[in-house]
Amino acid sequence: MPPTTTTDRHERTAVASGLPAAVRIEHIHKSFGSAGSGPARPVLEDINLRIRPGEFVCLLGASGCGKSTLLGLVAGLDRPTSGRIELGGTRPALMFQEHALFPWLSAGKNIELALRLRGVPRPDRRPEAERLLELVRLGGAYRKRVHELSGGMRQRVALARALAQDSQLLLMDEPFAALDAITRDVLHEELTRVWSRTSLSVLFVTHNVREAVRLGQRVVLLSSRPGRVAREWTVDIPQPRRIEDPAVADLSVEITEELRREIRRHGKH
Amino acid sequence: MASTEAAGQDAAERDAAAPDAAVPGIPAPGTAGPDAAAPDAPAPHTTAPNATVPNTTGPNPTGSNPTEPDSAGDIAGLEAGLDALDSAPPPRTPLRRLLLHKALPPITAVALILAVWKLLVLARITDDYKLPDPTAVWHSLRQLWLNGTLFDIIWTSVSRGLLGFLAALAIGTPLGLLVARVPVIRAALGPILSGLQSLPSVAWVPAAVIWLGITDSAMYAVILLGAVPSIANGLVSGIDQVPPLYLRAGHTLGATGLRGTRHILLPAALPGYLAGLKQGWAFSWRSLMAAELIASSPDLGLGLGQYLENARTDSDMPGVLLGIILILLIGIAIDLLIFTPLERRVLRTRGLAS
Repeated sequence: MPPTTTTDRHERTAVASGLPAAVRIEHIHKSFGSAGSGPARPVLEDINLRIRPGEFVCLLGASGCGKSTLLGLVAGLDRPTSGRIELGGTRPALMFQEHALFPWLSAGKNIELALRLRGVPRPDRRPEAERLLELVRLGGAYRKRVHELSGGMRQRVALARALAQDSQLLLMDEPFAALDAITRDVLHEELTRVWSRTSLSVLFVTHNVREAVRLGQRVVLLSSRPGRVAREWTVDIPQPRRIEDPAVADLSVEITEELRREIRRHGKH
Repeated sequence: MASTEAAGQDAAERDAAAPDAAVPGIPAPGTAGPDAAAPDAPAPHTTAPNATVPNTTGPNPTGSNPTEPDSAGDIAGLEAGLDALDSAPPPRTPLRRLLLHKALPPITAVALILAVWKLLVLARITDDYKLPDPTAVWHSLRQLWLNGTLFDIIWTSVSRGLLGFLAALAIGTPLGLLVARVPVIRAALGPILSGLQSLPSVAWVPAAVIWLGITDSAMYAVILLGAVPSIANGLVSGIDQVPPLYLRAGHTLGATGLRGTRHILLPAALPGYLAGLKQGWAFSWRSLMAAELIASSPDLGLGLGQYLENARTDSDMPGVLLGIILILLIGIAIDLLIFTPLERRVLRTRGLAS
């Protein structure tokens, strides 16, 4: 039996305020499609979530639960209908499912652009970009064009570019969903390694239960339509974990059961 | 042995990063040299620390938890293998084959056209002054070359065309940017710009002559009216085709407002913009030739259009044909020498062309 604990949603919101946080999400509501085009459709309802500095939280849910919407709100790409999002540091870095590297720049220059936009002076950019590429084990890829890189390499460059923002919070929107299983495994390892070396907080959105358990210190399950925090688990399995570890598998089974129950609920109407 | 290098470096880096984070089951930093992280470590060993130290780590807010060397070396090797498998460089085509496939077909086509022309002349299907022998055209060219006016004529037109094109570029680019980014301006000017593209620029010549007289200014006005809509429209469609993902990614990197335009929007729109420039050049050249033909005067330097018009008034058919051929060749040459390489380069760096 994996050492896990379950926290009730109401309990957690009661103790949330006043503690240090990389991000504090309070009573977030988000609706789409009001203003003339029928009744507003609520996507997120009363989301409360606090991520501690250095914490790795996985946000899990079926499709349409609004997990990407929530990430977009935290990233500042969209505004909530009501509620508050408080960031502990500067603008968060965001990684997408598609690599989102700029094809007109080389791998190294993609990272340098992030450094430049952050205000790093010109002479420091090149060495810093090389260091970040080294960190994701792509030391020789500085001059490589995006289309010359494999899917896994692109996501590693994208990770390096996100790290170049020097943000305290990294938001990841199913970044490994489009990769094959072996590459995904390697990138899990890579991400865990990079995270453990930095003081980065991570909010990782996925629909893959095992991935969430493999990576997260905490797994938050969102219900669908509207998205609410249904339940959450603290994952006390020591890193480095592997996706095949029995403890990971056991907890995944438990969470999958809950997720299925959540999905079945929608078929009853 | 790239993998060994990577693994060794990795171990060294980790030692430097977290010298005091020794966990039971992991060799002390001093002894864990590159050897300990060699990728050929036995596979069963890699999972051992996991089983022997279950509860030393756990939730780890400050993140000083190194992964164990064996697993890291293993992963580095695996990663290097995946990278090598997934990113094989494309094969290069040899120059001879490239020439054979690219140059031979058009050369053959031109030779065939010349042959048909010669045959028609030999068959005497029409009068000599209507269809002169190809050699007569060649003689006209030789004559222009010998009396030293050939390059003057070409340069007069090309310099006008390029100068007009640059002016069109300077006007069309900001105009396109405004139309693409400001909804009101798009609603107001978008349809007009698209409509202007289908208006033959010859139609502007009478107006330009009345406004500006038979002057260089009239020529430039006609070029601008022909080329600006193409360039602006090219930029608009280039911007419209920018994947929203790039804009979102740029936004999260802090590229908003003018910085976003400069670092994300314009580079992303470059392929469409270049297509617009190419078309803009074609329109500039066409407009200029129309203007030179209609508004020809001895006061203006002798350009290709005037040369053509002079040949017509002299009933000099070889000269007329030579004028047409030169106009065609120069239009093609500028396209091939400037725009095609530019476009190919841009597309190639983005992996959009081989």
